[in-house]
Amino acid sequence: MGESLLKAVNIYKSFVGVEALKNVTFEIKPGEIHCLAGENGSGKSTLIKIISGVYTPDAGYMEFEGKRFSKITPIDAIKNGIQVIYQDFSIFPNLTVMENLAFNSELADRRKLVNHKRMRQIAEEAIAKIDFKVDLDAIVGNLSVAEKQMIAISRALIFNTKLIIMDEPTTALTRREVSNLFKIILRLKEMGIAILFVSHKLNEVFEISENFTILRSGERVASGSTSDLDAKKFTYYMTGREFQVHRFEYEKVKEEPIFSVDKIGIEGSFSNISFDVHSGEIVGITGLLDSGRTELGLALFGIKPIEEGEIKMRGKRIKLTNPRRAIHNKIGYLPEDRLSEGLFLSQSIGDNIVISEIDNLSKAFGILDRKQRRDEIKQWVKNLAIATPNPANACQTLSGGNQQRVVLAKWLACDLDLLILNGPTVGVDIGSKHDIHSILQDLAKRGMGLIIISDDLPEVLENCSRILVLKNGQVVGDMLASESDEKKILSYMM
Amino acid sequence: MKNRLKKLTSRNEPYIFLVLLAVCILIEIRSGQFFSPNNLVDIASAMIVPGLMAIGAFMVIVSGGIDVSFPALASLSFYATTKLLLDHNYQGGVVLPFLIAIGFGALLGAFNGLFISYFKLPTLIVTLGSSSVFKGLMQGALNSRQLAVIPTGMREWGKKALFVAKNPVSGLTSRMPVAFLVFLFALVFAFFLLRFTMFGRGIYAIGGSEVSAERAGFRVVLTKFLLYIMVGMIASVAGLIRVCMMQQAHPTNMLGMEMNIIAGVVLGGTAITGGRGTLLGCMLGTLLIVIVENSLILIGIPTSWKSVFTGALIIIGTGVSAYQVMHQGKTRSSKGKKQEVAQ
Amino acid sequence: MNKKRNKLVVDRHMFRLIVMIVAWMIFIAFTRFRKFYNLVNFQTMAAQFPEFGLMSLGVMLTMITGGIDLSVVGNANLTSILMAYLLINMTDVAGAIPPYAIPLVFFLAILIGATLGIFNGLLVSKAHIPPILATLGSGELYTGICMALTKGNAVSKFSRTYATTINNRLFGLIPVQLIIFTIMALLVWFLLSRTVFGTKIYMLGTSATAAKFSGLKTDTLLIKTYLLSGIVAALGGMIMLANYNSARADYGTVYTLQCVLIVVLGGVNPVGGKGKISGVILAIVLLRMLETGLNRFPKISSYYISLIWGGVLILVMVLNFFTENKRVRRKG
Repeated sequence: MGESLLKAVNIYKSFVGVEALKNVTFEIKPGEIHCLAGENGSGKSTLIKIISGVYTPDAGYMEFEGKRFSKITPIDAIKNGIQVIYQDFSIFPNLTVMENLAFNSELADRRKLVNHKRMRQIAEEAIAKIDFKVDLDAIVGNLSVAEKQMIAISRALIFNTKLIIMDEPTTALTRREVSNLFKIILRLKEMGIAILFVSHKLNEVFEISENFTILRSGERVASGSTSDLDAKKFTYYMTGREFQVHRFEYEKVKEEPIFSVDKIGIEGSFSNISFDVHSGEIVGITGLLDSGRTELGLALFGIKPIEEGEIKMRGKRIKLTNPRRAIHNKIGYLPEDRLSEGLFLSQSIGDNIVISEIDNLSKAFGILDRKQRRDEIKQWVKNLAIATPNPANACQTLSGGNQQRVVLAKWLACDLDLLILNGPTVGVDIGSKHDIHSILQDLAKRGMGLIIISDDLPEVLENCSRILVLKNGQVVGDMLASESDEKKILSYMM
Repeated sequence: MKNRLKKLTSRNEPYIFLVLLAVCILIEIRSGQFFSPNNLVDIASAMIVPGLMAIGAFMVIVSGGIDVSFPALASLSFYATTKLLLDHNYQGGVVLPFLIAIGFGALLGAFNGLFISYFKLPTLIVTLGSSSVFKGLMQGALNSRQLAVIPTGMREWGKKALFVAKNPVSGLTSRMPVAFLVFLFALVFAFFLLRFTMFGRGIYAIGGSEVSAERAGFRVVLTKFLLYIMVGMIASVAGLIRVCMMQQAHPTNMLGMEMNIIAGVVLGGTAITGGRGTLLGCMLGTLLIVIVENSLILIGIPTSWKSVFTGALIIIGTGVSAYQVMHQGKTRSSKGKKQEVAQ
Repeated sequence: MNKKRNKLVVDRHMFRLIVMIVAWMIFIAFTRFRKFYNLVNFQTMAAQFPEFGLMSLGVMLTMITGGIDLSVVGNANLTSILMAYLLINMTDVAGAIPPYAIPLVFFLAILIGATLGIFNGLLVSKAHIPPILATLGSGELYTGICMALTKGNAVSKFSRTYATTINNRLFGLIPVQLIIFTIMALLVWFLLSRTVFGTKIYMLGTSATAAKFSGLKTDTLLIKTYLLSGIVAALGGMIMLANYNSARADYGTVYTLQCVLIVVLGGVNPVGGKGKISGVILAIVLLRMLETGLNRFPKISSYYISLIWGGVLILVMVLNFFTENKRVRRKG
């Protein structure tokens, strides 16, 4: 056993009676790539905040390179070489790359005046450490997500850094960018820097990390070497449950499709795409982040209208120029970003459910039929088992999985023929994910047509009958789910 | 070279400058009076008070806030200062009045700053409330009324001219007030502060992302607190200058100018959402409003039309920049897409 | 049962306003009972507040959508000036106006207000100008047109019949101004809480993006909201026309910030998506009572009222800050 870089021993932390961490012990060695996993509310972010000095533990202690601390401040943490890269990267979109890179250390040195020459030097050294090429005078808001992340990483390296904590770093990256990030992580490892990688994406955990720690309900349920871990165990540790996988089976009932697109395209996004969706069928569309899959979804819902080709609903040609047209033609869209596009977080669960069908809940002159509204809400809360004591509560009181059910309920309430789902289980607990899958399969059995856009291959394979693979805006693979596997899909995707 | 040109066209200042130039030339063609020495001096002197106010309003907007209280703040502080000095039959120079006004300004600014930085209340609400409070203090507690006589020192200083410009044709003369130097000094000071101090960069950083600023180690609460104190001081100086230049203290005639000042700042390309904008643009925008307000008479448009023009200017100016933002967003995203696809 | 409890929590803000009103009323009862608690005093108050009360309704509606309307005063003045000109034309030598004149001017005022409101709506929805700037500009523009039309002079010399009619009291008891305000307030209440439109604008104010993805016609909703704001502002202008018996470009200039203050004090969130008409009405009542009550103390300058207004606003916000923070901490 080598000397550990950081040890958090028997940590307890509670917030007004709720125990967020119970007797958690965590250890990381110099140059180790360690994955911290757990569902929402498992205590991962509390643990990170304790390590970085934002929270003080109620009991337990920390050891940094053998030195024992009962509590540390954020400044102590930085002095001891701990850097956190948050999901939003903590950048200033309105300022230049140089300023973004140099501010932290200038402030740490308590400088009062700006010295452009020194700041440029700091910035240049920072990006040189990971060979990151960027115009130092560019405004950060104009850069890509991956570039912003590189800025955050290079900035973390300015200090005498020994441990970098990355909070879900791959969320908004394309495949290529992820592999680039992993290369940099390996490089940091060579420099002797330990990486604590927070993620719940199974494949990434396996691909990059050497060791793992899994938290559940504030307790450490498992830790050890990643090589001893497999998908089934991982799921079990995360949720404490075992799941039976139901593969979706589709039997064609009718020959005519309910929905078909013919050679549609938008310049710069995708082109020449044709496919049909039958009643009771679930079509999967997969591809990398930059494959045009999201643009396709937006086009089919009328947010980014198509420029060429035609769309037919039950054999009749339709023009989808805005979301209202789409809804009118019985098409719904569950957006990629649930929090900003799907939900009105501070409004009631009830209003979130009925908002899209609200015109049907009125008597004359747009006057609400309050009884009908109430009944409708009650029915959907019950049908989709949305866990809330009261549908008048704000939507933000719900967990991710329940929030996603609210968005689903909104569309089901509209009595649709076709539902397009973009990333239906992103950021959703494994338990809820499973439930949502069975809801989707059930909907298809009752005759709805579904399109699932997702890069979660097991999800696509499990729930779809047919899979289209997109690459650079073109369909490069079209197969039955029963005749394919992850490897085959990947070979088309890359 | 091409890069530099691109950078120039993506900025706001050149456009404002061109509009400004066009307006000036238009007025010159119609009247032949615009570029006469006395008119230019008149405009410069009309620019002093709004210019100072705009510096303060600009810094607040850059930090992501909005301040509607500065005219009330300035009025209270210049009125209290003048009254205090008159009551003590002050006969000295102009330095003490300014020091007192700056002191009041700092105090009142701290009142804003306390609620905004420590309690983290929305700036619009706090400054709405405080402008009402300041007005109440002035009109209620100090029982304000127009002061036709002001201390000698202030009166003398207000009349002092750097130089006198004479129109060779009409023979009209205009004085360039010494106060213009104060404006220039404040401008240079603000420029230096925003550009070369960590405090100033902190204002931009907070306007860009308050959370990031906190994490980077900026002392956000302190920065904002000091910012509002400073804005209070600048506004008070502007108020006192106005009193000196007008040779009398009229407690209410500055009230209501906040909206035009903010309009000038925003016309100059400062993002109302914070974080973006330059002092140069801010000054150009303010100058544009000042010229429209002061020079319409030269082209035979009655002054009663002034608001029509400022209103139209605000709508068109902000409309154009809203269009620019949308357009930029579009080209940027489609360009970004193409690059990704090309990889 | 559950629902009720929830409502109680939400309305803590309103509870605070009620407590303040009651406390002030008790204080006045002990100090100036006879001067305050009489019919005439209440009638006067009821005739005074509708002019800015109506404008506040407009500001509130737009604030619920996440915007603001700073043009209400400009709109009110432009409408009242135009209608004053019309009334002058309809006034005969004897100083009388035909019986249809008053309904006609009100009808036209609503049309003008709606048009000016739609202009704002277009600037905000189609031209994508931030509402605070768009309405700042349009307000300036409307005021400018007023100035250009009147050269800054008051427009009067129309039949007194208009002012006397509006200053009348129904059954000799209820001022007509109050009736107009009540009708509009009820209408706005009904729109917000009982119609599809109301639900939609709350949702739009919460998240414009989510509204788009839910298939709402966001542009139309915004235009309708600013249109409504324009109508109530114009009606406010018509009441000003009666109360002053004249119209002028700079009447009511203090109302702009006063309306914003009332609406915020009434618990409407400036970011959008939240706010009730009951809160706004309580805020109007509170401020009117404070001002009138204060006037009953001749020794105290009436100018203190603006000090109190600002103080109350900041106090309420600070109280909200402490309670909100506590709740957040408990949740965290």
